[in-house]
Amino acid sequence: MKKILVTLLFLLFSTVANADCNIKSGSINILANDFPALRTLVETAKECKGSADFKVTHSAEHNKIAVPALTANPSEFSVRVAANSSIVPLMNADLIRPMNDLVKKYGKGIQESQLITIDGKVMAVAFMANTQHLYVRTDVLKENGIAIPKTYEEVVAAAEKIRAAGKMKYPYAAAYKAGWNLAEEFVNMYIGHGGEFFKDGGAQPNINNAKGVATLNMLKKLADLSNPDYLTHDSEAIKVEWESGNVAIMTLWASRSGTLLDDEGDANITAATKLVAPATVGGGNIPAATLWWDGFTLAKNRSDADAEASFRAMAHAASSKEMVAKAADQAVWLVEGFVPGPKSVGVIEAVKMGAKPYPMLPQMGLMHGALGSEIVEFLQGNESAEQALKDVEAAYITKAKEQGFL
Amino acid sequence: MPNRSFFWFFFPAGLAMILFIGLPIISTGIQSFYAQHDQILIEVKKCDPFGCKTSVVVDQEATSKIKEEKPLGKFNGFGTYIDRNHLASDQVSEFWSESKSVGEFIGKVGNLPFYKALVFTLTYCVIVTPCVLLLGFIIALSLNAISRKIRGPLIFGTILPMIVTPLVGSLVLFWMIDAEGIIGANLQILMDDPYLSVKSSKALTWITIIIYGVWHHSPFAFVVFYAALQTVPQEPLEASIIDGASRFQRVKHIVLPHIYPVVTFVALISLMDNFRVFEPIIGFSAEGSAQSLSWLIYDNLVNEEVILFGSAAATSIMTIVGISIILTPVLLRTWKEFRTNR
Repeated sequence: MKKILVTLLFLLFSTVANADCNIKSGSINILANDFPALRTLVETAKECKGSADFKVTHSAEHNKIAVPALTANPSEFSVRVAANSSIVPLMNADLIRPMNDLVKKYGKGIQESQLITIDGKVMAVAFMANTQHLYVRTDVLKENGIAIPKTYEEVVAAAEKIRAAGKMKYPYAAAYKAGWNLAEEFVNMYIGHGGEFFKDGGAQPNINNAKGVATLNMLKKLADLSNPDYLTHDSEAIKVEWESGNVAIMTLWASRSGTLLDDEGDANITAATKLVAPATVGGGNIPAATLWWDGFTLAKNRSDADAEASFRAMAHAASSKEMVAKAADQAVWLVEGFVPGPKSVGVIEAVKMGAKPYPMLPQMGLMHGALGSEIVEFLQGNESAEQALKDVEAAYITKAKEQGFL
Repeated sequence: MPNRSFFWFFFPAGLAMILFIGLPIISTGIQSFYAQHDQILIEVKKCDPFGCKTSVVVDQEATSKIKEEKPLGKFNGFGTYIDRNHLASDQVSEFWSESKSVGEFIGKVGNLPFYKALVFTLTYCVIVTPCVLLLGFIIALSLNAISRKIRGPLIFGTILPMIVTPLVGSLVLFWMIDAEGIIGANLQILMDDPYLSVKSSKALTWITIIIYGVWHHSPFAFVVFYAALQTVPQEPLEASIIDGASRFQRVKHIVLPHIYPVVTFVALISLMDNFRVFEPIIGFSAEGSAQSLSWLIYDNLVNEEVILFGSAAATSIMTIVGISIILTPVLLRTWKEFRTNR
């Protein structure tokens, strides 16, 4: 009965919404990552598609398709839902269009703070924020008399204590899968140490230093407290580890909390799971984490009519108060009217602690790629930290030269 | 067959080959000599929900002008081929002069991405190919000797590894060797080491991928050998039995020489396939411990947010060259036989 009621209400809202948008023509085709908040957003956008064609591709492989699909003319997708890092290759190759006029015309509900502007041009409209922060099992910590860790040094001590107590073999988990995930952990930890990736604003790398070594050593300490298969574990894999009760402290994306804390799985584990602030490291005062936004961009190689229809549908979702009220625990929405719940703790604390956003630089993708493959041998114990960092810089320089950055 | 009719028979296939294989290879070759234009960066103000700051972006106006003039990019000659991520000529000569022993030199060179991938690719090739030939031949011989009644189902069972999609096959093994999978957990108990992980150990990962390779490719060798065994004439075999030849002698002196051309064929195909080893690395998430040449190309094209066309093209061309070098001895031998037969 309740379900029917909800459906009816939903229908009511959607009809109202349809009337709101009144899109008469054009076609909308969205490319987006695949997690619950984005599905909600796209569903909300669909409510007001009017008589426009509406297609969507949710894919975890979105990064691999985006550039080729948007390079084609006309491009396959009219909307690309991107984040701080994935917008960069689109801007480097000039594949997305500024939307100042559309914002002026149809973006009434969008807040000023949601606009991503580059030199005054609105290149994206953000709708949610994300970061990686700590998740802890309060029952396990309490049992062993451990306070909630605030620094990664405390995380290491706590995990060692839990292991020594014979409670868990691998008490810590983070997405250390070789490649993008592992590089992201390095980026977080290096920023936590106060590191800068490039020499004074240029493209020369700057990671082979004491901060880089400290970063690698901390990653290694944490890896030794993780499941030995850590180099193959992505966010989804460590989520499964957590749900099986194998892990007491974990670093994971805020956006994953929704599926982690749903009704599936062991109710005791879910009840004892607590989301806390990201940890600091090495005596630093900013968290070893990066702030991310997710927003939508419009493809350049698409007709103006499609861009307009797409913008109106997406803007409807990115300013929908009903959506953020209904899906309040799926994400930290940047949309007006959002009331943060317990699942937003990580992001809100990160912002309060002054966390830095992921660097939105044209050459950062190359650095990220080099990190993902070159620091593996250090973690495996086959290489010194200095050698690994030297390799990262060398691999980065080669790629940056080929791409014309150096 | 007269040359003329051969030409018309071959023409459609040849045309398709030129269009869909030849031209793309040429285009890849051309691409490998070019790098991206120098990026023109400008400082601008960037604002996002977390605040504003000044930093660099690519200047689109200036870039698009250069791109229009020279769409292929900046001519780089063999620059990409000899950079650190490929043949690394500078680094290799530097290592040579600063290393005190050959071992140290090899260790340093083995740390360069291209050579790292080459070592794995060659190891895989050199171990898997003979194993596949041997195993395929043994299976074919044993099945050929079995009663006809149960041969059908047995053959089906034997070629199953080839029917299973490579990715699925490797995933099944991947889960079995997980620290909590049936093989991984039992290995931990057997070796009495709770931190043993097949997936994080380089040597164990290599062994797993090689075993998987043999498992996956043997059925192909088996099928071809089994078909060839059906053509072995019975008379010399019977005669040799009367002469008192053992089973091993019969195989060595009659069966093997008879199916020799087929062995060459299977060896050729296996070598080519194995040199391009790729799926198991993805299936086993083994990027950390094992990289092959094909994986390097994949990595350049999809794993980075910036696509490195020049790098990928250069590695592709070198893979083609590598395959040709490996195949040369076998091809030369076939050519010689062809000449003597005429």
